[in-house]
Amino acid sequence: MRTNLSERLLDLAVSVFMWGFRVLIVAVILIGTISTIQAGKYTSEQWIDFVVQGISQGSLYAMIALGYTMVYGILRMINFAHGDIFMTGAFGAYFLATWLNNTGFIDSNPLLGLLIPILFAMLVAAGIAMLVERIAYRPLRNAPRLVPLISAIGASFFLEYAFRGFFGPGVYAYPPINALDGEWQIFGIGIQKVQVVVAVSAAIMMAILYSIVMFTKVGKAMRAVSENKDTAALMGINVNSIIVSTFAIGAAMAGAAGVLNSLLFRQINFMIGFVPGIKAFTAAVLGGIGNIPGAMVGGLVLGIFESIGPSLFLEGLGIPRPYQLKDAIAYTMLVMILLFRPSGILGERLSTKKA
Amino acid sequence: MSMLNVENVHTFYGNIHALKGINLHIEQGEIVTLIGGNGAGKTTTLRTISGLLKPSEGNITLNGEDLIKYPAHEVVYKGVSMVPEGRGVFARMSVTENLEMGAYSQSDTGKLARNMERVFHLFPRLKERRAQLAGTLSGGEQQMLATGRALMAEPKLLLMDEPSMGLAPVLVELIFDIIQQINNEGVTILLVEQNALMALSIAHRGYVLQTGEIVLGDKAEQLRNDPTVQKAYLGIE
Ligand SMILES: Nc1ncnc2c1ncn2[C@@H]1O[C@H](COP(=O)(O)OP(=O)(O)OP(=O)(O)O)[C@@H](O)[C@H]1O
Ligand SMILES: [Mg+2]
Repeated sequence: MRTNLSERLLDLAVSVFMWGFRVLIVAVILIGTISTIQAGKYTSEQWIDFVVQGISQGSLYAMIALGYTMVYGILRMINFAHGDIFMTGAFGAYFLATWLNNTGFIDSNPLLGLLIPILFAMLVAAGIAMLVERIAYRPLRNAPRLVPLISAIGASFFLEYAFRGFFGPGVYAYPPINALDGEWQIFGIGIQKVQVVVAVSAAIMMAILYSIVMFTKVGKAMRAVSENKDTAALMGINVNSIIVSTFAIGAAMAGAAGVLNSLLFRQINFMIGFVPGIKAFTAAVLGGIGNIPGAMVGGLVLGIFESIGPSLFLEGLGIPRPYQLKDAIAYTMLVMILLFRPSGILGERLSTKKA
Repeated sequence: MSMLNVENVHTFYGNIHALKGINLHIEQGEIVTLIGGNGAGKTTTLRTISGLLKPSEGNITLNGEDLIKYPAHEVVYKGVSMVPEGRGVFARMSVTENLEMGAYSQSDTGKLARNMERVFHLFPRLKERRAQLAGTLSGGEQQMLATGRALMAEPKLLLMDEPSMGLAPVLVELIFDIIQQINNEGVTILLVEQNALMALSIAHRGYVLQTGEIVLGDKAEQLRNDPTVQKAYLGIE
């Protein structure tokens, strides 16, 4: 009876605390937003800029998040090396694009100068991901769940430091595509061309991926394997080769994102996969891990929140350099999702997922 | 030569010795039933034949060809399909998609359409529900779907694991009618059942499995009249 009472008191205390936390977050957002808007420091053009930036950054998170979510859907495993797969794609594209640039190909042929490195990055990333799966994950398929997770972290470090070993710790600059300089006027608003190209390319690639998963034989087999491997095998589906395809397709998306990221930020080095990897993981959890549309929505939501958040609700609170807290917004969102809605925006509850 | 020959098969789960030297055979065109209580090893037997489990000892041949050397996803191509215990429909896929997965081993799309029509003819209910997610179907409909899905591969031998489990008596009748109908169309059937009375009423022959061993094997009629079977499985004292 007494333990019952103290347990109940503890439960009560926890839920009071959790509610307090929610109220606090909502209050921070509301108060910050109201005082920012009252201060009127930003013009509506600037707000639109923030949103556009958020969309192009968010669509990259979305592309990377797809790989996390698809692998999770099929193996119930977080592939922590996925961010580094993004990095390998960017590196592959960098070398090819630099060479193409030196021959003058990119200037004379900007569209192909963009597409060819993207395709190459997709191949490089898919190839490396397939090797990682074969070497670091497949032998551990039936091990307890923590074991492949540790192996994934090892694979992540391995890729980072192998690339550092080969290419050094320095920063490489992705060759500029001059045709992407400047702005387009869209509905009377000036938007940087590169941001439009990034967002549109990402949207096209995600539409292709979604169609593959929904309508092709491989895609349907992926969904079958993610529901039940034994039953899928009874259908004649080679489960191993479907798992490999899943890694390859997710990695190809990350590799392409690596190129688009290079267009936006130009800089490439062995660690560029780390932060986007964690952000994309956050996006995947936000959308409901295992859920493909969820990863896309989660990426966009995270990108937009990160982009407008600092100015919208942090600056109004009088925080001196709010933009530096951009990452804190992402991680706060991750913690909040895990605490208050572990199923994500579109997902089912994690805890009821079959282990 | 029998269609399916299972000889002295031993299967383990880790240290658990689930099948202790099983022998059975199935002739072309038969319905053979495997009856036994909970944990007797019925599911294990089917999973071993379909390649999901590998026996530590023994032989399994289909029309004389060794089956054990094939992984589960290749056994389907040899003409063996399975309706798993608990149906195992792909809940988040539509009825049509489930049937398409059943035909995964078929490359001829014209055949796929014909086979789907045949399944819809056997189970008109599935046709009405074709666009619905399988997870939203009733238990009986899911059993129909699992059965139809297995037929999509045009099996020579169909393994069925407790198709009557959890179904209302009317539906059990329906499913057993369909099993006979499928058999009349030339499909050989190995039917695992706890509902021994029903199973023995449609089967040609039967085996009784007890803690991993076949203790009886005979014509269905003989088994129905066997006092030990009557007592243990038919509830007749
Ligand atoms: N995955 C497993 N791991 C360990 N032991 C298992 C496993 N599956 C089955 N067993 C054991 O193997 C034996 C045979 O199980 P099996 O599932 O084949 O029985 P069954 O005849 O199909 O029973 P039921 O009528 O309940 O379906 C049982 O003792 C069971 O506990
Ligand atoms: Mg069973």
